[in-house]
Formats: sequence, structure tokens, C-alpha cells
Amino acid sequence: MKISSCLLFALLIPVAQAQQPAPDALVKSITEEVVAILKKDKDIQAGDTKKAADLIETKIVPHFNFIRMTRIAMGRNWRDASPEQQKILADEFKTLLVRTYSTALSNYRDQQIDYKPLRAKPEDAEVTVRSDVKPSGSSQPVSIDYEMEKTPNGWKVYDVKVGGVSLVTTYRDTFAAEVRERGVDGLIKSLAAKNRQPERSKAGKA
Amino acid sequence: MAGAKRLCAALLLAGTLTGCATSGGNPADPLEPLNRVVFGFNDTADNAVIKPVAKAYRAVLPGIVRTGVSNFFSNLEDVWVSVNDVLQGKFQQGVDDFGRFLFNSTFGIAGIFDFASELGFQKHNEDFGQTLGSWGVGSGAYLVLPFLGPSTIRDGFGLLLDTRADLVFYIDGVPVHNSLYGTRAIGNRANLLDASSVIEEAALDKYAFVRDAWLQRRRHLVYDGDPPREREESDDEPTK
Repeated sequence: MKISSCLLFALLIPVAQAQQPAPDALVKSITEEVVAILKKDKDIQAGDTKKAADLIETKIVPHFNFIRMTRIAMGRNWRDASPEQQKILADEFKTLLVRTYSTALSNYRDQQIDYKPLRAKPEDAEVTVRSDVKPSGSSQPVSIDYEMEKTPNGWKVYDVKVGGVSLVTTYRDTFAAEVRERGVDGLIKSLAAKNRQPERSKAGKA
Repeated sequence: MAGAKRLCAALLLAGTLTGCATSGGNPADPLEPLNRVVFGFNDTADNAVIKPVAKAYRAVLPGIVRTGVSNFFSNLEDVWVSVNDVLQGKFQQGVDDFGRFLFNSTFGIAGIFDFASELGFQKHNEDFGQTLGSWGVGSGAYLVLPFLGPSTIRDGFGLLLDTRADLVFYIDGVPVHNSLYGTRAIGNRANLLDASSVIEEAALDKYAFVRDAWLQRRRHLVYDGDPPREREESDDEPTK
């Protein structure tokens, strides 16, 4: 069933587009590569978040559009930020997300990942790649959905939803409240302060 | 427990009465000042007692035992899950979920093993709050319940019925009853230790982060994982 749907899908992709990996194939290959490293890397398993952050930085970050993610998290306030502020915001937001998910990676255990068939037309410029992750010791899978957009440099992720919770829009109200109370620079300061805090979790035991 | 319930009822009432008093922030959270107080209280209780106990629980018991404990309680839930499936018009899922309960209760030795999942009968997440949502009842104001955590007016009412339908509720003998409640609560908290460490790392304002994540999560569950797209994209365009 799975193999046949893959074959069918492969046939439907026009040859002209084959030079850039399809969004679901891209997500799958990156995930498999990262998971293979995680399974071997004893340091990350033991809670070395610095090493986990390096892994995210080199393997995952290049496939994300952080400008767009920050724009969504900022909502209306994005337009009120100067280009300089926008750049700093995107950098700080990226640092925060990388830090956060390096903690998550050190919590990684053996998990089974299933990809759902892509519901998209070949000409679509934005697609959602859906997957289910089954944590060990729990019978209920958690969905992880990647919102992706087509760019000249290949498909880029601009949002990730874990169990329906967006990594990006969850920050909207916090960002809006900061900007309302302390302005865009206040938000930048808060993000920078958060990013300078020492990691709270040691060896994934927090 | 009765005291906690009375408090919940009072808060629900407070929620409906002050529903229109706004205080900035998220429009779904008109009770923010009150909620922040309860959230702070819960957080303190969690740090002082619940989280340390959950950590000890995780440190002492091997994974296979913890899985057995959480499977046991999850199996008891499946009866109410299947009732909610039916109330939401998902009859096939209702039959499957009740089948899960029968199968795991017998072959899975009182639910300690979840063989039904291994046979491809996936566990579902349903409760009465979701059923109300599927009937078109809006979530109402966001509400943080003492000890129980994030909820909404609608889900708070759902929870009142959920506790009545809880099979543990009908097990005789107060000590057994209470130790089961306690074990379940600690087991659930232990399962969330990794997630809560991620939240600590992620959140600028933990209260707002938990609220906004939780509201999205409930919406996702009410729509069974396929909610209609939200307004978010309208603010996303740089030129407008």
C-alpha cells in the first residue's frame, strides 16, 4: 500500500521538477540523516546541548526561512520594525528556537516516524508535509507537520506544528505584549536576555 | 477533592460573570489577571511537590513498569473515549475504541499491556470538552484551574462530566481510590517531564506560552488533527 502510493506519486511528479527534491522527500531525508546521527552520538544522548545545537545549525537551519517565521510571530508589528531591527529579531528568534530544540533533541529516544502522503498539486508553492511520531512507551502518536514554501533555493520550512501547536504562532501574543509594553527594542532585549541565560536543563534531566 | 471541585465551580461562575471584562493580551483570555494568579500557584505546587515526586517516580521505576502503569489508566479511559466517539458521530471509531478496551482488559491483563495498538488499533484522544466543541460549542474564556491546569469554560464543564465518567471514580474504598488518583497524576506528570523542560527553555513568558500552546492544542483535537486554516496568514504579508 505504501510502496504503491509512493510509486504512483513518483510517476505524477513531472521530470522537469525532479532536479529539486520534493518537499516531503526533503523532510524525510533530513530527518533520517539527523536521526541516524542522534542514534550514534553518545554525547547528545547524554545531554550535550552544545553539540545538539551544532547539529541543528548545520543540518536543519539551512532548510528554514527564519525571516518568514519571525514575520509570522511578529504579526502586524513586523511592519513597524526597521530593516535593522527585523534582522536582529530574526537572528535572536532563530537562536531561541535552536536552543530550545537542542534540549528536545537530547531527550530523543527511539521513535518511529510515519509520513503521510502529500496532499498537494505539482504547481503548489506552499504545502504541508505531515508526519506522525510514535514516542516509545506511549501508544498515542504525536503529529509533526511542516509548513513549507517553494523558493528558488529549494523548499523551505516556515512553520512546524507539533501536535497541532505551532512553534511560531505560539509566540505571537508574547511578542505582541512585549512590543506593546516596551516597543520593538524591548522585545529584542528580552529575546537577547533569554538567549544569554545559561541552559536550565543539564543532561536532559530538568 | 470536593473542595477543589467547589473551587472549580466558583471559578467557572466567575468566568461567565466577568466574561466581558477585558485586560489587553489575548482576546481568548479575558480573565488573565485571575488566571495568572492560579497559574503561579500551580507552578509553585509543581516545583515544590509534584515535579520532584514525578522525577523520583521516573528515577526509581524502570520504563517498562511506568509504561504498564500509564497503559492501565489509559485503558480505563478508553470506555469514555468510545462514548465520546459515538456522541461525536464517529461510530466506527467508537466500536474500535471499545474493542481496544475489551481486548486490552483481557489479553492485555487489565490493560497493563496495550496489545491493541500493536495490532493497529490506535489510541484516540477524546473527552467531553471536545464533544461539546464538535457540536459547535465555542471554547469560551481561557481558564487555569487549580492543580488541573489550563482549561476553558467549555472544557471545564466537560471536565466535570469526565470526572463523573472516570472509572477510577467508581472503585470502592477511599484509600484505594485516592492512591489510584495520586498514581495517575504522578505518572501523567512524569510523562510530561521532557516536554516541560522544553517549555522552560522556549518561553519568554511561560504563562502566555502555555496558554497559547494549549489553546492551539485543543483546537487541533476538536478538529481531530485537521483544523481549518486560521487568520494568521493575513498578517504575514510584508506589504499591506
